[in-house]
Amino acid sequence: MKPNIIVFPGSNCDRDIHVAIKKTTGQNSKMIWHKETTLDNPNLIILPGGFSHGDYLRSGSIASRAPIMKEVIKKAINGTPVLGICNGFQILTECELLPGILMRNKNMNFICKYTFLISKYENNWIKKNYINKVISMPVAHHDGNYYANKDVIEKLNKDNRIAYQYCSDIGTISEENNINGSINNIAGIFNDKGNVLGMMPHPERAIDVSLGGEDGINFFKTFFEKLG
Amino acid sequence: MKVQVHTTLKEGVLDPQGKAVEAALNNLGFSGINRIRQGKLFDIDLDTDSKEEAEKLTIEICKVLLANMVIEDYSVKVIQDN
Repeated sequence: MKPNIIVFPGSNCDRDIHVAIKKTTGQNSKMIWHKETTLDNPNLIILPGGFSHGDYLRSGSIASRAPIMKEVIKKAINGTPVLGICNGFQILTECELLPGILMRNKNMNFICKYTFLISKYENNWIKKNYINKVISMPVAHHDGNYYANKDVIEKLNKDNRIAYQYCSDIGTISEENNINGSINNIAGIFNDKGNVLGMMPHPERAIDVSLGGEDGINFFKTFFEKLG
Repeated sequence: MKVQVHTTLKEGVLDPQGKAVEAALNNLGFSGINRIRQGKLFDIDLDTDSKEEAEKLTIEICKVLLANMVIEDYSVKVIQDN
């Protein structure tokens, strides 16, 4: 089994995540073109960052209807882990594997910088000793403003499905540290089964100090360790 | 048959783009603009002469792709061809 990285026209983090997984876990990923109709025995499906189809219509909307997505959705429903980063998160909401939607950033700016993040719960991607610990990963997006109706937000909270929240360097979650206007500072969420994770920050860009940080190393290591 | 689809943000959903346009017009000196909400307009040419068929197909197109029902509403207008 190996990670399958789905490549859409306009994906631009597909190589990065391939390199990040190889460097942090030694696993070789398989790249799968969006027009394919079968996956290659995935232990993890990755929808990478980028600007699929030029962000036309709505970010991720056209990619979410690509031929390969039928298989991705089927596998996700059957429990295969799926990770969507940035544009991948947008694709996951557009195909309704995750609730809500990523709207235009509240301040209308394209935000490209390192952000502080905090996780409150243990799960497949986050070890116990990383709960409530501030980490740092870069974001690079125009449409990262997470929106969902009240009922959805309540459910996400109640079921511990908020994976990451934007915060200050000491872990304060406030409007001041809300970079893009997301409800509850949401930077990443899980589906109800916990096997699908969508997040705006880029762990694959945080695996080397020369790139600004290495909190992404633990992110990938944790997941593959737990996968066994 | 020609149809038009108009998608708009649901009431209560923040519209940063509409707000930015609104602010720009205020800066340009236009007064009396209470609110601007930005939407999208699609002109669609369908290969059918039946108004009912055109409507049915367009609604399906809206649900499947043109509108995201989490934040958007859509309206369909059939424009008779000739």
